[in-house]
Amino acid sequence: MGRSVLLIEDEPNIVEAISFILERDGWTVRIHSDGATATDAVARTNPDVLILDVMLPGRSGFDILKDLRRNGATANLPILMLTARGQTKDREMAESYGVSQFMTKPFSNAEMLETVRALAAEAKT
Amino acid sequence: MLGFNAIVFIALAYVVMLFAVAFYADRKARRTGGAWLRGPWIYTLSLSVYCTAWTFYGAVGNAARSGLEYLTIYLGPTLVFLGWWWILRKLVRIGRAERITSIADLVSSRYGKSSAVAVLVTILAVVGSTPYISLQLQSVTLSFVVFSGSTDQGQISELLVNDRANVNRIAFWVSVGLAIFTILFGTRNLDTNERHYGVVTAIAVEAVVKLVALIAVGAFVVWGVSGGIPQTLDIIANSPVGEWRPEPSRWIGLTFLSAVAIICLPRMFQVMVVEQSDESHLATASWAFPLYLMAISLFVLPIAAIGLAILPDGANPDLFVLTLPLEMERDWLATLAFLGGFSSATSMVIVAAIALSTMVSNHIVIPLWLASRAGGATVSGDVRSVVLMSRRVSIAAIVALGYIYYRLTDGSTALSAIGLVSFAGVAQVMPALMAALFWRGATRRGAIAGLVTGFAVWAYTLLLPAVGAFSAEMLTFGPAGLEILRPQALFGFTGMDSLVHAIFWSIGLNTLAFLVVSLVTFPSPLERLQGASFVNVFERSGGARGWSGGVAATEDLLVMTQRLLGAKEAQNMFHKAAVEQGKTSGLPDPTPDFVNVLERELAGSVGAATAHAMIGQINGQASVSVQDLLAVADESAQMLEYSSQLEEKSRELEQTARQLRDANEKLTALSVQKDAFLSQISHELRTPMTSIRSFSEFLQEGDMPEKERARYSQIIHNESIRLTRLLDDLLDLTVLENGQVELHIGPATLRELIDRAVAATGAEHLAIDRDPAGEEVVFNTDSDRMTQVFINLISNAAKYCDAEKPRLKIAVQASDHMIEIDFIDNGSGVPKDKESIIFEKFARASDQSAAGSAGLGLAISREILARLGGEIRYIGGRDGAAFRVSIYLEQDSLAAE
Repeated sequence: MGRSVLLIEDEPNIVEAISFILERDGWTVRIHSDGATATDAVARTNPDVLILDVMLPGRSGFDILKDLRRNGATANLPILMLTARGQTKDREMAESYGVSQFMTKPFSNAEMLETVRALAAEAKT
Repeated sequence: MLGFNAIVFIALAYVVMLFAVAFYADRKARRTGGAWLRGPWIYTLSLSVYCTAWTFYGAVGNAARSGLEYLTIYLGPTLVFLGWWWILRKLVRIGRAERITSIADLVSSRYGKSSAVAVLVTILAVVGSTPYISLQLQSVTLSFVVFSGSTDQGQISELLVNDRANVNRIAFWVSVGLAIFTILFGTRNLDTNERHYGVVTAIAVEAVVKLVALIAVGAFVVWGVSGGIPQTLDIIANSPVGEWRPEPSRWIGLTFLSAVAIICLPRMFQVMVVEQSDESHLATASWAFPLYLMAISLFVLPIAAIGLAILPDGANPDLFVLTLPLEMERDWLATLAFLGGFSSATSMVIVAAIALSTMVSNHIVIPLWLASRAGGATVSGDVRSVVLMSRRVSIAAIVALGYIYYRLTDGSTALSAIGLVSFAGVAQVMPALMAALFWRGATRRGAIAGLVTGFAVWAYTLLLPAVGAFSAEMLTFGPAGLEILRPQALFGFTGMDSLVHAIFWSIGLNTLAFLVVSLVTFPSPLERLQGASFVNVFERSGGARGWSGGVAATEDLLVMTQRLLGAKEAQNMFHKAAVEQGKTSGLPDPTPDFVNVLERELAGSVGAATAHAMIGQINGQASVSVQDLLAVADESAQMLEYSSQLEEKSRELEQTARQLRDANEKLTALSVQKDAFLSQISHELRTPMTSIRSFSEFLQEGDMPEKERARYSQIIHNESIRLTRLLDDLLDLTVLENGQVELHIGPATLRELIDRAVAATGAEHLAIDRDPAGEEVVFNTDSDRMTQVFINLISNAAKYCDAEKPRLKIAVQASDHMIEIDFIDNGSGVPKDKESIIFEKFARASDQSAAGSAGLGLAISREILARLGGEIRYIGGRDGAAFRVSIYLEQDSLAAE
């Protein structure tokens, strides 16, 4: 099948939950927990969908998003941003940087799976 | 003979005449004419204010009692004027340069404008002059009494003894008359330079009257009574006067005293320095004044000898000048003698009272008045009337003091003895004054020490005995039987004349105190500056002698004037001056008149001192004195006052704007902080909730293998606990921050607290090094809260210490005032850039949010310690993470041990 997700998240339990949701749907989930080296991880793994937390050790998710959008290779990469901060201005900021989808924690498992699927489908067409 | 009423009428008429003279002279002086009024002759004659009733009546009395000794009173001044007139010249030059108004002003000015010195000299001058003024009262009273009685000398004496009430009444009215007379003369107007042309001219007239009167009486006595010079010499040779035996100590002492007095007497300073208008007059006076003294003393001895020979025994020799003509029934001559004596007394009282009232007013009354108004004296008219009023009251008070002294001494002492008490008193200024002129090392403290010492010794050895303040027992055996302190034989110096004794000790100790204190103290900068300018006064070019020597270029003056007055007004003014000088075009010549007019004009806009200084600089006479500079500073300060008020206003506005800006920033910062805080709380709450929601959804799906089910349940459980703990911490912190926490203070042993904390943490993998001896310390605290702090620190080490074998060292240092407990682990420590934030809420030094706490622990610990009287801080520079908990002990909390 070859559908892959890169999950950049530092909270182990959340990593485990998301991995379980996606893997049983047939996704290959790769995990990275450090913000500072996140863009390298993206370049290396070349995922179909990127799930990116905002509050990361080393570097903020917003900065990573900005970098990725500037880079030609990842300018159109489907990116789902996760945040626990729950402020509307975070969403606005993410959208201004060109995020594909924005989701606030906590999320439902179904919602997560649907969003990732939709993002992948969108990219295909 | 003339009756009492007639002589009163004559006296009043004479006073009216003097007023006319003064009035005329004032008017003349105010218009530009009347140059002779400011000439050397009026100056020299005004110096004769030295010759008072003491000279006029008392010298004859003195000669009758002590022979030629009366000459010493003339010898001193003569020596000063002939031999040491350069001292006077220096005094005069300084007086002009510094715009000195009195001797107190001069001395205080030299010693750093010290008001303490000014007040001291003023008090000294007033107290010292009081006997002298009383002397004038006594002599005028006596002369009136003579006319109120009979020509029979015996009866006069009886009258003096028997009708004291009548005599005192005369003395009282004489005092009142003199006070009114002086007030009318001396305070008619207020001149900034303290010059009284009218008064000085009237004094000069009086000088002529007293000289003519004494010579007339003398000539009458020599040629009219005894019949010629040879006969007179015979009478002198046969009279007790001729049996005079010289007494060297008294002779030298008196000569010295009168030499000092001519410089230090307040009234002499007034006429010699303050009223003086041209320094060159001193050259004339230096020979003319001794000549005047010689002339006035010429007939003293004949009058004394013939008076003793002719008049009956018991006649008061102090009145021979008056009683001899009366005895010979020469009414006109007696009247002239009366006027001579009256002139001597009034001129002294007028000048002395003016000089003293200037000092009292300038150095005591006005400073007090200004202080009482707390700097509100801005209306010049206001000050003026206060100054005049304070001078008038001072004059009345000074004459009243003289009257009181007269009553205290019963008016019975010989005139010359009273005068000598005064001389010795004012002579105490001499060391400070001479040092002011010649010694740059003299200091203010030295001057004060000398003045106080001299004044005290003088009062003790001379003044108080003279007014009868000491009992005979006290004089003979000393105070409380201490013979060494006998007022008239200090330190066992017996056999010395009491006056010489007093001069010796008072001046001697005065000078000694002055020298010693000056040498051990340091002058202030202003003293140093003034000292240099006083001592080197002749090195300054020009001096403040008007602008006669100026070489100002008119162009420069015009440029400056334009700057100050505006171009048009300045040009008009210069054009007008040129026309007045008879020029049809161009600029006026910089004549002294023109420059003076210009200075006045400029003074109107920039102030007198500034104008003087500015013109002085253009004139090439850069003699800008310290006083000038200070005055300039004062004026500038007034102008600045106004502009600083404006500045103040704009500063206030600026400040308001800044406060608004600050408030806005604070609000923004506050909302940013609040934002950040809410974001943090949101994050900390949502993260565990995310896991809980996800995993509970998995469990709801059912058909989950048992192994997964158990694992997911455990995660949900752990995250729930994490959530609860977070809420607990948040609540705890809120309570602590709001100060709502209830503390349970009681004695606790540090070891037990740490034991509890270690047990609660339960971190088996962390090795802990303790300090059992150091931990045995008891102090008052809230045990649970303190344990909470320790738990937090130990669990932090357990969580974050990244060493292979984590190890925590707990070290204790206790003193009387505080206990310090260090928690040092062997990990990599807190990164340098995080050290400052680790105590903030939600701050985690490491990025391991997995550590399972929200990052509130240190913030809570900090709050707890603040409540318990201590602090926690991170100590950098160690190998691992190092926290220090300091607990400040109240003084008695350790004593409870």
